[in-house]
Amino acid sequence: MTGLVAVLSFTAVLALVLILADLIAKGASSLDWSFFTKSPVAAGATGGGVANAIVGTGIIVGLAALIGLPVGIGTGLYLAEYGSGRLGWIVRFVADVLNGTPSIVIGIFAWTWLVKPMGHFSALAGSVALAALMIPMIARTTEEMVRLVPHSLREAALALGYARWRTSLRIVARTALAGIVTGCLVGIARIAGETAPLLFTALGNLNFTVSVGQPMQTLSLQIYQYASGPFDEWHRLAWAAALVLMGLVLLLAVGARWAIRQRHGAAR
Amino acid sequence: MAPPADAVLQLETVRLTALYGPRAVVKDVSLMFPKHSVSAVIGPSGCGKSTFLRCLNRMHELSEGGWVTGRVLLDGADIYDERVDPVQLRRRIGMVFQRPTPFPTMSIYDNVAAGLRVNGSRSRGELDQAVERALRQAALWDEVQDRLRHSALALSGGQQQRLCIARALAPQPEVLLLDEPTASLDPSGTQRIEDLCHELKLAYTIVIVTHNLQQAARVSDYTAFFFLGELVEVARTEDLFTKPAREQTEAYITGRFG
Repeated sequence: MTGLVAVLSFTAVLALVLILADLIAKGASSLDWSFFTKSPVAAGATGGGVANAIVGTGIIVGLAALIGLPVGIGTGLYLAEYGSGRLGWIVRFVADVLNGTPSIVIGIFAWTWLVKPMGHFSALAGSVALAALMIPMIARTTEEMVRLVPHSLREAALALGYARWRTSLRIVARTALAGIVTGCLVGIARIAGETAPLLFTALGNLNFTVSVGQPMQTLSLQIYQYASGPFDEWHRLAWAAALVLMGLVLLLAVGARWAIRQRHGAAR
Repeated sequence: MAPPADAVLQLETVRLTALYGPRAVVKDVSLMFPKHSVSAVIGPSGCGKSTFLRCLNRMHELSEGGWVTGRVLLDGADIYDERVDPVQLRRRIGMVFQRPTPFPTMSIYDNVAAGLRVNGSRSRGELDQAVERALRQAALWDEVQDRLRHSALALSGGQQQRLCIARALAPQPEVLLLDEPTASLDPSGTQRIEDLCHELKLAYTIVIVTHNLQQAARVSDYTAFFFLGELVEVARTEDLFTKPAREQTEAYITGRFG
């Protein structure tokens, strides 16, 4: 039995190791200064970088987090603290359905409601689509983390003359903070690699831009375009971009681990 | 009836009934708590003694389906009057629970200051003074004075419980409610809390719920015996334990049931 479990877990780790090794083998050689600082050059030409996609990923994911985190955390707090009634049940159900909705469907809705009325693709529409993906995820993890806070702590705060909202924010949310932060980091890591919802919204852009009203490139979109393109030079850059994106996600995952460690450290 | 006629009453319940939905768990209890006394509430598990205590600072109504009828008078004024804000009221009546409940994200200092800060911002100097006074009253100052900024979770169970007492005392309430405060403590921790009761009653009115009869006998001036939600008997503690008036009381304190 132990042997079987060991083999299975080894298989899981093997997948990650293989992917990382392949990415490093094919992408690491392309990582140089200009890769990080230059925008793409004309199709077919050699050189250039993905600076526009790195900055674009930062802007689109950052904006999505700016919209998604407050709404998601607020919803989770509401569900945990006041969500025992019918409204709570409905919100929870909607969040679960939204959680299971394929991301491309979210992208189509963002296109219908934002891109079409605005008349053009934009980074903002991409951020909204990603935020919509993120909110139910964050809401449910926040709810779970807040529920872990012992009821006795709430009572102690209430008996001390804390109003209910203050108890929720100052005592309960603060106690669950490390868990909530972990959930947020995992959520951000999850949307940072999304491609499908951005195809109809942020679209992609071979030029450097920071204007959120315009189409914008992200690493995931760049990988998609370059990997499906005809040029060897593009394929080389796609591998490198994939390595960078993977590194970014790993960094967030490590950050999440660190946040968990902080919590357990505080509990000792 | 227990308290002498000339005693000044701090707290009084008048035909207090506490319910969960349609089910009454405390039935028609009228009790008086004289100022600067320790009153113990005893009885077997499920007799409604904790619920009774939670009615005295309006915590019971926060439980699912919890509501009350009757009156609870604090200094003669009904705390269930609709003009009374329960949040404000709870700042006048401190409470300590069965298990220590220090706020895990806060330092020792911040735990004690929590109830003061919620009352509005105070100057640093005032807070420092109030925290020290509360910690001294809870007999914890000497043990923690050089690590006030450390996490409250680093303290032992008994120290944590005294920290919770200090936290409850810091806003200078009139009444202190103790809900089986030593249930999770070892004998020496229990001893220290009991000693505290004797000192604290000089400044506060204390109501302690306990299932430990010896404890009730040791710390209290008055003892009330509850059974199945009803007040069976209340008397001066030495009278209740030496010559109980009711058969049920005698059966309970001699260990024949409960």
